[in-house]
Amino acid sequence: MLLEVDRVASFYGDFQALFEVSLQVAEGETVAVIGANGAGKSTLLRTVVGLQDRATGTVSFDGRPLDGIPTHRRLGLGIAMVPEGRRIFPSLTVEENLKVGAVRDRPGRWDVASVLALFPALADRRDRPGTLLSGGEQQMLAIGRALMANPRLLLLDEVSLGLAPLVVRRIYETLPEITAAGATVVLVEQDIGQALAGADRVYCLLEGRVALQGRAADLTREQITEAYFGLRASG
Amino acid sequence: MTWVNVVVQGLLLGGLYALFATGLSLMFGVMRLVNLAHGDLSIVAAFVALAIVDAVPVNPLWTLLVVVPLLFGVGYLLQRGLLNFTLRGNDPLPPVLVTFGLSIILQNLLLEVFSADSQGLDAGRIENASIRVSDRLAVGWFPLLTLVTAVGVLVGLQLLLSRTRLGRSFRATSDDPEAAALVGLDHRHVFAMATAIALATVAVAGLFLGVRTTFTPSVGPTRLIFAFEAVIIGGLGSIWGTLAGGLVLGVAQTLGAQLSPGWGVLAGNLVFLAVLAFRPTGLLGREVPA
Repeated sequence: MLLEVDRVASFYGDFQALFEVSLQVAEGETVAVIGANGAGKSTLLRTVVGLQDRATGTVSFDGRPLDGIPTHRRLGLGIAMVPEGRRIFPSLTVEENLKVGAVRDRPGRWDVASVLALFPALADRRDRPGTLLSGGEQQMLAIGRALMANPRLLLLDEVSLGLAPLVVRRIYETLPEITAAGATVVLVEQDIGQALAGADRVYCLLEGRVALQGRAADLTREQITEAYFGLRASG
Repeated sequence: MTWVNVVVQGLLLGGLYALFATGLSLMFGVMRLVNLAHGDLSIVAAFVALAIVDAVPVNPLWTLLVVVPLLFGVGYLLQRGLLNFTLRGNDPLPPVLVTFGLSIILQNLLLEVFSADSQGLDAGRIENASIRVSDRLAVGWFPLLTLVTAVGVLVGLQLLLSRTRLGRSFRATSDDPEAAALVGLDHRHVFAMATAIALATVAVAGLFLGVRTTFTPSVGPTRLIFAFEAVIIGGLGSIWGTLAGGLVLGVAQTLGAQLSPGWGVLAGNLVFLAVLAFRPTGLLGREVPA
């Protein structure tokens, strides 16, 4: 397993956001984590990269427990995350936002040229401040910035949030190329259709627990709706 | 012609103020940390230079080769070993209290080691040599060297910030420390590098001060205030603003002193207050998000 999350619990003050969540991702897979607002999807990703300081349980990467390894070192191991809200650096131009993503110098396919080839919309805006881009372009930039580290594991948090469907589709169309370059992808989505289309396997979180998991092709709409909203089908 | 002379001398003095303000501006820009020991650290640099000159008879300007790397190292360790711990959370008070305490400790250490006597660094002929522009106007070589050095340091810093990997990491970490961690930047190291570079400029400033005038262990806070005024007048977060702020402060002080010998510092303070009242973002500052 490339990523193994074993009985992880996570807290914000007195509030517990995750309860004994376990998840496995094999190398080369694309796994979607779906769930309603507040189900704990983003918290799960934040725990994997080490941004949640109040968490218990074990996260292992490539067989190695990540306990005590700070976020910036996890990137060096090959775990990159596109954070919710994109978090583009406003003081940096588009090109600088990409370059700063390569600080750990992991070798691989992605560099400024290949990322701009993947997202041509960014190419003619490379000298502009990153935050002057449209929402969709900022999302592409955030993905590109994460790719610059040539990650083995790419975590995508709510890529489609606030974007027009057409833009979302164009961003998802780049996923096969990203996985072909060697990245295993875990994506967090509220949009179930998008998640099922793009992923091999799906985990559905409900109020901090895994309510359903399985191969995307095997799950029925009813199963997902039930797990997503916590409804009993007979109700 | 007298007034031209006054303004020119003011600009030259402003070079020294800009040099002092550089480190303060950099540290505030990168990590929103106001280092109240800034002035005292510059005086430490001057005293270290003095100790070297006492031991080895060289021109004090040569001691820059030792003092600048020394303060660079001190800056790194100070940030990594102490100041980083004051930046946890969003409370602005811990860094202020800790650097204020550091300021007092440094002053007393200097007093203990070097006594309260006034000291000076003797750079030889360059101190008094000047270029005669006309009957009424002469430009001193040393003040000119100070101004040129200040411009050089600021240009260098600007290039560092805009062109280098380290500069990008400063800006990224300043923008969003958490997102910076996600791209592999360790804010503890980035902040320590910022303080290291800031204190390297402080070393230069302290040395030039020591050659220009006399100093005692207790003059650090005055230096801090002038540096602070230059940063505010110029505008927070702007490198060229720091230069402009230093120059404006220098000219204001010499103009004030020309009107009446006691009005120099007062005039500088009044300009500072006027900027705070009418243009709080400073002359070249950008809007600071609340």
